[in-house]
Amino acid sequence: MTSASNEARPSGGSVKHAAAGNGTSPAIADELVEPLTPEQLAAEWDEERPPHAGPLANVAAAVAAAALGVAGLVMSVGMGLGSPEKPEPGLWPFIISLVMIAMSVSLLVFGRKRLDAEAFSSSSWQVLAGVATLVGFVLVVGVAGFEIPTLLLTFVWLRFLGKETWRMSVVLSFAVTAAFYLIFVVALSVPIPHLF
Amino acid sequence: MDFLAPVINGFGVVLEPMNLLYCLIGVVIGMLIGVLPGLGPAATIAILLPLTYGVEPVTAIIMLSGIFYGAQYGGTITSVLLRLPGEASSVVTVFDGFALARQGRAGTALGIAAIGSFFGGTVAIIGLTLLAPVVAGFALDFGPPEYTALAMLGILLVATVSNGSKLKSIIAASLGLLLATVGRDTFTGEARFTFDNLSLADGLDFVPIAMGIFGLGEILYNLEERHNKVQAPAKVANVWPSRKDLKESSGAIGRGSLLGFFLGILPGGGATIASLAAYAMEKKRAKNPERFGRGAVEGVAAPESANNAAATSSFIPLLTLGIPANATMAIIFGALLIQGVTPGPQLVQNDPELFWGVVNSMYIGNILLLIMSIPLVGVFVKILRVRAAILAPITVLITLIGVYTINNSIFDIWLVIVFGLLGYLMKKFGFEPGPLVLAFVLGSLLEENLRRSLLVFGGDAAGFITRPISGILLLVFVVVMLLPLLQKALRKTRATAPAVEALHDEKEKV
Repeated sequence: MTSASNEARPSGGSVKHAAAGNGTSPAIADELVEPLTPEQLAAEWDEERPPHAGPLANVAAAVAAAALGVAGLVMSVGMGLGSPEKPEPGLWPFIISLVMIAMSVSLLVFGRKRLDAEAFSSSSWQVLAGVATLVGFVLVVGVAGFEIPTLLLTFVWLRFLGKETWRMSVVLSFAVTAAFYLIFVVALSVPIPHLF
Repeated sequence: MDFLAPVINGFGVVLEPMNLLYCLIGVVIGMLIGVLPGLGPAATIAILLPLTYGVEPVTAIIMLSGIFYGAQYGGTITSVLLRLPGEASSVVTVFDGFALARQGRAGTALGIAAIGSFFGGTVAIIGLTLLAPVVAGFALDFGPPEYTALAMLGILLVATVSNGSKLKSIIAASLGLLLATVGRDTFTGEARFTFDNLSLADGLDFVPIAMGIFGLGEILYNLEERHNKVQAPAKVANVWPSRKDLKESSGAIGRGSLLGFFLGILPGGGATIASLAAYAMEKKRAKNPERFGRGAVEGVAAPESANNAAATSSFIPLLTLGIPANATMAIIFGALLIQGVTPGPQLVQNDPELFWGVVNSMYIGNILLLIMSIPLVGVFVKILRVRAAILAPITVLITLIGVYTINNSIFDIWLVIVFGLLGYLMKKFGFEPGPLVLAFVLGSLLEENLRRSLLVFGGDAAGFITRPISGILLLVFVVVMLLPLLQKALRKTRATAPAVEALHDEKEKV
């Protein structure tokens, strides 16, 4: 270790946690002393992992997949299966649907107890809100051009989903909209619906 | 030396200013986005696909592959500085890379990683140059049964080798295959799963699916305050590794490169497995393995050389057989098809300019990566400070407007949103998105060849087994299917090493 003595304290005391919401974790500079082994690191990551959703999530996923498989099965029978010598359009989707059903049932039986699904949390609403803004974007873009929905979407994501300041959100959303206008309309002449 | 002529011509293609420029753009964009935690190479390429529509196929693929190996290196930077692997193949780099950074030697770790990546990449390109024509020549005799078996094996390997539940991965793959059947049947023209919707009559486009599942799905997933615990990156000094560091890591770089090259060729292999295997190998070989995880330079050198070598060599099955070995290659496969290029054994013969142009661009790209990565580390550290909250809406808008520009279709934006939501839910419920996308890409190829084979065999499926190559491939298929059961039986009788388990847990996390 050559220059370790001088360099051992990166960023010194000025280390800031960008989003120290919990406020409990100590600044990095204090943790520097003890390097972690892979096992310790793995354990630490395990603690930070989002809470799992429990076995019910796997049951739900398996049932949903099986239902999809059954729907595929019914529709592919409707298309006609034919025979191996003369396969008709439904044969291949029929086979895949069978595989899907078989795997879903196996998941239901053997994989039920796996804890690899993540629980939804209060912040999952943010995802729903995010998707809602996207839906709004598409609904408006065909009618009113892309500028206003772009401005609004950026603003909502910055201010409400990203918790940026009001000022930052307003300034940035105008800047982003202007940049997109310059890139897509002026520079690339993409035929996207636009107001100006 | 006849075979060298097209190789050398390929350099002519790369050295055209336009191609050089796009190679540079690709590498830079790849590195920049690879640095941002949350978006891996697959997502990056998916989001940026529309950028390549206006350019020549060679140029487009040169840029996309630049993005690919650029992102590969970008992921290393966050592993070392923030302990956040940008993508799965940089997970093991975290152990020693972050330990080195904590000792104030982040620069050394990044320098060694850059050199290792360059060396691994170069070894793999040389291997690609020598091996690809051979494989392509061999594959020229492949008929529909061989392709059926190969595609099936490819999908199965990607599904079972990927992280997480195998059952879930196979379900995801089946869903991908089902989605591929939407639209007119290629043999009879009958509409399938279109629900009388005209927009579905021609089938689902690959781009909105890839952009939705990888791009938007990833962004939605990150909305849930998971990556908000951002730490200030460690200070970077002494980027040039010392002679001692280089000496210590040279063996690891060499071994990692070779191992990575071979693992990358195998379907389902790819960069993640290569990096895990190379790390494990070095640890096993080391005189005092307890140094690993506490800042051993070999622990950075080996996986970084291996993942870059594997990333490059995974182009071999794609370009010579037309079978993508992993999800990222599936996206590049889709990009090639959109450009009117069908990857496969004929590509080397019929379109040598494209083939060798792309292959040779990797030499240039790797050199660019090496030249830029070391001095630019400071810039990357600054980028790391840009908050995810600011990047998210920008990325979302690029995705939505980008997908519109492909067909000027609002319907495609709807598709991106639907598949984005699906991608998000899949991640939440522990389903890998990779197998779905890969299966979607291979779906029509698989069905067409299966049905053609059945016609050739007069409906007798035994024909698959009696033909030597398809027979062997199917045998491998069955072995892979049964492997988990065998492993389970073995595990019951033997206790497994906890360290290996820990490594696998790590992989699952990403």
